[in-house]
Amino acid sequence: MVVSIRGFSSAALFRVVAACCCAVTATFAFAQEAPDVLVKRVAQDVLTTIRADPKLQAGDQQRIREVIETKLLPNFDFERITALAMGRNWRQATPEQQKQLIDQFRALLVRTYSGALTQYKDQEMDYKPLRADPAATDVTVKTEVMRKGQAPVQIDYGMMKTASGWKIYDVIVGGVSLVTNYRDEFNEQIKNGGVDNLIKTLKAKNQGTSAK
Amino acid sequence: MSRMRAVVAVCFAILLSACASTPGRPYDPFEPSNRVMYAINEPLDKHIAKPIAQAWVDYVPTVVQRAVSNYVNNIDDLFSGINGLLQGKLDKAGNDFGRVLINSGFGLAGLIDIASEAGIPRGMEDFGQTFGYWGIPQGPYLFIPLWGPTTVRDGTGSVLRVLWSPTTEIPDVAIRNVIYGLGAIDLRAQALGATSLIEQASLDPYTFVRRAYLQRREYQVYDGKPPPEKDED
Repeated sequence: MVVSIRGFSSAALFRVVAACCCAVTATFAFAQEAPDVLVKRVAQDVLTTIRADPKLQAGDQQRIREVIETKLLPNFDFERITALAMGRNWRQATPEQQKQLIDQFRALLVRTYSGALTQYKDQEMDYKPLRADPAATDVTVKTEVMRKGQAPVQIDYGMMKTASGWKIYDVIVGGVSLVTNYRDEFNEQIKNGGVDNLIKTLKAKNQGTSAK
Repeated sequence: MSRMRAVVAVCFAILLSACASTPGRPYDPFEPSNRVMYAINEPLDKHIAKPIAQAWVDYVPTVVQRAVSNYVNNIDDLFSGINGLLQGKLDKAGNDFGRVLINSGFGLAGLIDIASEAGIPRGMEDFGQTFGYWGIPQGPYLFIPLWGPTTVRDGTGSVLRVLWSPTTEIPDVAIRNVIYGLGAIDLRAQALGATSLIEQASLDPYTFVRRAYLQRREYQVYDGKPPPEKDED
């Protein structure tokens, strides 16, 4: 029963409407994307991008930074990461210091990721199903990186539900938590000269090696 | 030689019994001397160990690299099986002993890793983890030049691993030393990526390595499910 409306079949119209509905649903679902789905999507996206781009594989720093800024960073909550790494020192820092800490720590992590990113091009990721209460707002998403001829490396992501979707606040590589590791580093700097000393050290670190 | 071994074992035993630990904060009473060792290690690693490992990765055929890794792994699997038993993890121990039998028999004394091709997972247990499983604390942190981070507990385990290795039964000293040498290069080569990451990421590499090592070992002792860390506030 195909009725023609000005050269358009109703079946075709139905398909268009259905497609629109799907698009709307997809956008809606996207905002509520489950944390494990998000991790898989982002990781696959980054891997596909690296594999398709010889510039990235050759280590073109500007391209690498672009990929990190556009694809990875929006999924991280840097304020939370910095606050957790600071531990109880966070509340002693002034808002201005906190802002500088977030900026500098973010820059340091971006630099570190830039160096490590292209090492992952030949690797396969294995995504573990998320075992968490659907109502949970703080979960750990587990993944495994398979490397040829070497033991797999477990990479877990600590994620928190926020108003703008799930955000990563810790990365745990083979049991080594980024936040915990930096907490010692930060504590030491603060012990040796306060929060300003930590900011100074972070700045020096970021300027020092970014020049190379 | 065996007297030397006994002396080393006794020293470690004394250190082990003398140790106490506070969980959470790294226990590093020897920090000043450890930092000296760390400083000594840096040029040794940068100018000797690392270039050798890099050349090994760049110029030695992959087949040879793989064979050396497999030989070392096969012995690790044997010890993993023993430690699996010591911890009552019979499934893991069974896998490991199965791997050793298959790889030693059909895999040319462990040079080829057929068991992994067959999908038998490695247990990756060691003496340090067994001691941890038994509730023995890490004890003081130690940094040993050209060896790297360890603790009294894990170091004791590593010494046992070396002393009891089947490699020690090889009668020809030259061959034995070549095997030790290649094993050391293989070990350093595996860590090439990690060390450049540490340089890039750390504010103070000493603290960074220490915390990463202790976290990693805790994770291994608990088979990937360490108890949650207490928040500082």
